[in-house]
Amino acid sequence: MKNKLSRFAVPYVVWMALFVVIPILMIVVYAFTSADGTPTLDNFARIGEYFPVFVRSFKLALIATLVCLLIGYPLACALAREGARFQRVAMMLIMLPMWMNFLLRTYAWMSILENTGLLNRLFGAIGLFDLINSLFGTDIEYFKMINTQGAVVLGMVYNFLPFMVLPIYSVIVKLDQKLIEAARDLGADGVTVFRRVTLPLSLPGVLSGITMVFVPAVSTFAISQLLGGGQQLLLGNLIEMQFKGAAYNPQLGSAVALVMMVIVVICMTVMNRFGEGEEQAVIL
Amino acid sequence: MRTKPSIWNRLFIGLVFLFLYAPIFVLIVFSFNASNSRSIWAGFSLHWYVELFQDQQILDALYTTLAVSLLAALIATVAGTFSAIGFYNMRRRWRTPLMTINNIPMVNADIVTGVSLCLFFVAAFGLWEQAASWLNDTLGTALPERLYLGFGTMLIAHIMFNIPYVILSVMPKLRQMDKNLVDAAQDLGCTWMQAFWKVVVPEIKPGIVNGLLIAFTMSVDDFVISYFTAGSSTANLAMRIYAMTKKRISPEVNAVSTLLFVAVLTLLIIINVREARQEKAEARRASL
Amino acid sequence: MAKELIRLSDCFVQFDDDIILDHLNLYINDHEFLTLLGPSGCGKTTTLRLIGGFLKPTSGDIFFDGVRINDVPPHKRAVNTVFQKYALFPHLNVFENIAFGLRIPRTDSSGKKKVRLPEEEIRGRVLEMLEIVNLKGFEKRSISSLSGGQQQRVSIARALVNEPKVLLLDEPLGALDLRLRKDMQNELKRIQQQMGITFIYVTHDQEEALAMSDTVVVMDGGKIQQIGTPEDIYNEPKNAFVADFIGESNIIDGIMRADQVVEIFNRRFQCLDKGFQKDEAVDVVIRPEDVDIVPEDQGQLRGTVTSVTFKGMQYDIIVDFYGFKWLIQTTDFCPVGSHIGIKIDPDGFHVMKKSQYSGLFGDYSSYSEEYEEISDVDYDPEAEEDQEGGHEE
Repeated sequence: MKNKLSRFAVPYVVWMALFVVIPILMIVVYAFTSADGTPTLDNFARIGEYFPVFVRSFKLALIATLVCLLIGYPLACALAREGARFQRVAMMLIMLPMWMNFLLRTYAWMSILENTGLLNRLFGAIGLFDLINSLFGTDIEYFKMINTQGAVVLGMVYNFLPFMVLPIYSVIVKLDQKLIEAARDLGADGVTVFRRVTLPLSLPGVLSGITMVFVPAVSTFAISQLLGGGQQLLLGNLIEMQFKGAAYNPQLGSAVALVMMVIVVICMTVMNRFGEGEEQAVIL
Repeated sequence: MRTKPSIWNRLFIGLVFLFLYAPIFVLIVFSFNASNSRSIWAGFSLHWYVELFQDQQILDALYTTLAVSLLAALIATVAGTFSAIGFYNMRRRWRTPLMTINNIPMVNADIVTGVSLCLFFVAAFGLWEQAASWLNDTLGTALPERLYLGFGTMLIAHIMFNIPYVILSVMPKLRQMDKNLVDAAQDLGCTWMQAFWKVVVPEIKPGIVNGLLIAFTMSVDDFVISYFTAGSSTANLAMRIYAMTKKRISPEVNAVSTLLFVAVLTLLIIINVREARQEKAEARRASL
Repeated sequence: MAKELIRLSDCFVQFDDDIILDHLNLYINDHEFLTLLGPSGCGKTTTLRLIGGFLKPTSGDIFFDGVRINDVPPHKRAVNTVFQKYALFPHLNVFENIAFGLRIPRTDSSGKKKVRLPEEEIRGRVLEMLEIVNLKGFEKRSISSLSGGQQQRVSIARALVNEPKVLLLDEPLGALDLRLRKDMQNELKRIQQQMGITFIYVTHDQEEALAMSDTVVVMDGGKIQQIGTPEDIYNEPKNAFVADFIGESNIIDGIMRADQVVEIFNRRFQCLDKGFQKDEAVDVVIRPEDVDIVPEDQGQLRGTVTSVTFKGMQYDIIVDFYGFKWLIQTTDFCPVGSHIGIKIDPDGFHVMKKSQYSGLFGDYSSYSEEYEEISDVDYDPEAEEDQEGGHEE
């Protein structure tokens, strides 16, 4: 013990053991037992049936993460370029939507994306459908947007974009302006400065942003429920059904959760190795 | 070289914010809709706000949300601050693995956290039932034998996922703190406890406040973990909304969210204006 | 014959309402070691940033080899900078830091084609540079594992490997301790002579400036106070500011009674200065080491010793002459309270025209505080950076 202040952490260590470690161990235990409590690997054998769900989940989460990165990185850079007051207000505006429940915000997208929703009616009002129909001889009255994989990805991007922006922003805004000057001084033009200095130095923020978007995206069940209309079953839905739904089977649910966790951990480890052991992830 | 941001910069930021706020705008507008359609405007009305205050289910859910968030944020802030101080003063050999465990709830998927806690609570209740019935039989006590998921379990779950955020925001402040401050305070005659309250706490206060705010926000916004730990008798706003989405969401929920949103927005504006004023005053003082 | 390389012509820099550089005119010769010297906020770092291209003057022009370069961005200028606190890239190792500039494709002299240096050449030049800065074998090390002095060397190597015509050094030794600073001063001087390029050096440390430079430019308030060789600056300061900033000076109000005759404390002294009007009010500088202590009755002036400090090589004593306190450096011990006489040779007087700085400097009544101020090791170069570099464009 370095000094007696370290004792302050003792209650929390007990707490963690109780409410963090044991519950996760229970998932492992459940995944390896059958309903009557005997050890078995059946749960994992049954996962094979759900292979397409795994593929779909990881695919959609990957796309959503990529889109978040493509919007989030430039946004973080753009914000960092603004004045201090602008930045503070912008950061608040990014956090503010979290105060309106995410289910409700996602639900609002339903009214925007529906076949008879706001967007389709806007398109109709400006004569887009008439134009297309006259051009291609088709007979469409709306774009099908809701209940598609695209809508699910949109919901993920919408909900998790702040988790990408915040860590990248916090790294970029702290980036030593002198390093950029040094690179320019050594002959680097704007593109080279970005490629060889800004980007590698902001990598920790990017990695932590990817984690913070990918993990909730791959495990969501509410977004796919609302915007996918139950037709785009994801891992989250699968797990939820085993614990809350009619198909009550916590053993199978635990096995799915365990496999998902393991795959995510492997992905993150590989990614962080790729990031050459940069400093630990920066969150918020 | 920091150049003046171009018009494109602002345009891009504006577009992203449009994307972020479009659904919120839709929600707010339709909370004033006269009909219960979520996409067809039937005229302005405060009908749903009136309904809202007569809908016991939603009011209960709102109360649960605020009560759980407030309690969980406060408890987590106190516990998290002490834990952060404890971790900070720990040897690296112990601190590193413990901090990794501490990070699990933040990094792990919410659904896994929720499900694991659900399994844990059910198992713990099973053990409790056996222990309680044995005690009741042998000692004649009247302990309740059956426990259910509910407010208590949800509160524990919220505290559990809030503490790591508090630690995360307090820890950097501790690191920034001059290591000699406590010694200096004690040298000047403070007892150890006085040093803690008079020096350490004020020094890390921004981190504590920040942690409290993050924790509260996280709690208000949480749906998944609550969904798996609150059982069937208790519901926060998010759970109530989710239940409604299976049928049809009443615009009352739009009204409740609008009220919450406006409240938070007002709060943020007040904070922002006050900060700006303080800055201006400081700038003026500095220029004198 | 020295050739002019850089010229700053009537450069004016203003941030908001603050005038940082006030119509500065300066030229710098090829192969010269020129130092910009002044207190924080004097505009020396701003001048360096103008030359480096990190800042454009509000008005005025910058010429390089006769060509106006106001609008040439930093990466196209034939100058490189050694930054305050080094600005080394933390994500690259020593080798890659030094190779950074070499790896950037350049347009060749003939036309539009981009040329990349072959890897062997990069390697050869980096290793050669490491040898010059005495860091052989350090190429694989990470930046964070280096000491301050080593980081300093890497940052010098990183700039020099690009073979710039001019090297700009912004308080490069500010973050090093005294001992290391002395070593690095010699090292820098040696490198400059070995490479034969122009160094423009910014510092607030007058000793450093005197020891290293061919030419010293003393600045204050965005203006050049004096340009000259270190000897000129020390022996012939132009005004009270320069006299006080460079070395120790007693500065006394005097009147020029005639050529080579100056009057202080109502007494006339022989001096070497001339060309002033008759009875012109002037500032008179007397360096502490130019004063000889003699028995009281033989002195030109008589005073009382009020404090003595042992300095190793000499004693610093403060002597009260008619209410005005002088600093005198002497090898003879004089106890506090003793009455002494002093003698000053004609070449010990230096007469300056009155300036805005007259009466502000050169009195040692508050010696102890001033002493602390000048030996202040906690000088923070950041403070100046905030003032000057904070608001770019």
